Amino acid sequence: MKVSYFPGCTLRTKAKELDFYARKCLEKLDVEPIEPDNWQCCGGVFVSAKDEIASKLSSVRALKSAKEAGMPLVTVCSACHNVIKQTNYCMQNDADFANKVNLYMAQDGGEFTPYNGETEVLHFLELLRDKVGFDKVKAAVVKPLTGRKIAAYYGCLLLRPNKVMAFDNPENPTIMEDFIRALGAEPVVYAMRNECCGGYVVTDDPESSAKKSAAVTENAMNAGADTVMTACPLCKYNLSKNGGAPVVYFTELMAEAFGLKEEQHVTEE
Amino acid sequence: MSQKNDRAKEQILKMSGVNPLKCMRCGKCSGTCPSYDEMEYHPHQFVYMVETGEIDKLMQSPSIYKCLSCFACVDRCPRGVEPAKLVEAVRLTVIRQKGMNHMTADSIPALLDDDLPQQAIVSAMRKYSK
Repeated sequence: MKVSYFPGCTLRTKAKELDFYARKCLEKLDVEPIEPDNWQCCGGVFVSAKDEIASKLSSVRALKSAKEAGMPLVTVCSACHNVIKQTNYCMQNDADFANKVNLYMAQDGGEFTPYNGETEVLHFLELLRDKVGFDKVKAAVVKPLTGRKIAAYYGCLLLRPNKVMAFDNPENPTIMEDFIRALGAEPVVYAMRNECCGGYVVTDDPESSAKKSAAVTENAMNAGADTVMTACPLCKYNLSKNGGAPVVYFTELMAEAFGLKEEQHVTEE
Repeated sequence: MSQKNDRAKEQILKMSGVNPLKCMRCGKCSGTCPSYDEMEYHPHQFVYMVETGEIDKLMQSPSIYKCLSCFACVDRCPRGVEPAKLVEAVRLTVIRQKGMNHMTADSIPALLDDDLPQQAIVSAMRKYSK
């Protein structure tokens, strides 16, 4: 299976391991990630205003390139996923927005073909659940994470707004827990798993995000977790700084269970 | 309501797509807001104050920079009001004015540490700056 694979800005810089292990695991699962040519940063966060057009063009370019390649667009980072999926929803459901975007896109040069939200956007975890299958993930495990108690941290970006993201039940999700089980570990369910870590507000009011992150990690540790698992570099940053729980990317845990971690290390800059 | 507030209200409603009249004032948005403690005006007050046209008060409040865009208020509102979209529209109304950026590129180097992901910087610039 071939998929269009959108790494995003942070997976090329501060979150190289999220990307590195994602690719290693895909190899083992016979999925070939094709990176779109000249992809641009999604912008990190979705701006909900209907008259905000230009800042969403980078997402549309990635979506359009996947459409032309006839592949679903797979994201790894929660933020990329949220921005690209919300932008795609606007392209499908807001005709005025889509028209304005297409007029901008017509200026990109080359033969103009309109884009109207045709691409299927999948988060890496959805790719595993819906296309590959968690049974196949389980079958690829050679070093099960037996005895590990892992708290899945969903945060907000993968789940909300549910009307658009349609990722899982937004108040009682199970996809990450099912993934953890497939790797042979025990999922730890705790109340704060779908509450915000404080996000980008860390740049403006670090005390605010410290409070929110500490509440999450404390809740996970009190529920018996030895590790917190995330798909988001900013969640990892905020949670790691507040509470002392080890915070690990889901792809890194998967690589560990696939027996790929010891032999393959992410290269330093 | 002043004429200026009147016009700002019209823009904010259009930009956000929110209809504040759907609100039944149950307060669930503020009850679930993780930034409640940091806010002067809370999500349910944004809904009410946009409706009554008290836009200038909201525009001058630091509350507009405390929203995390976590969409908890959006998903948990029993009436589908989407308060976060109003907070965003008020903030954009402020930062789209000349010289009103809440954060500029000059302030970024001081924020950096070894681990701060690029995602945090691009997100902050998108939310706080035009």
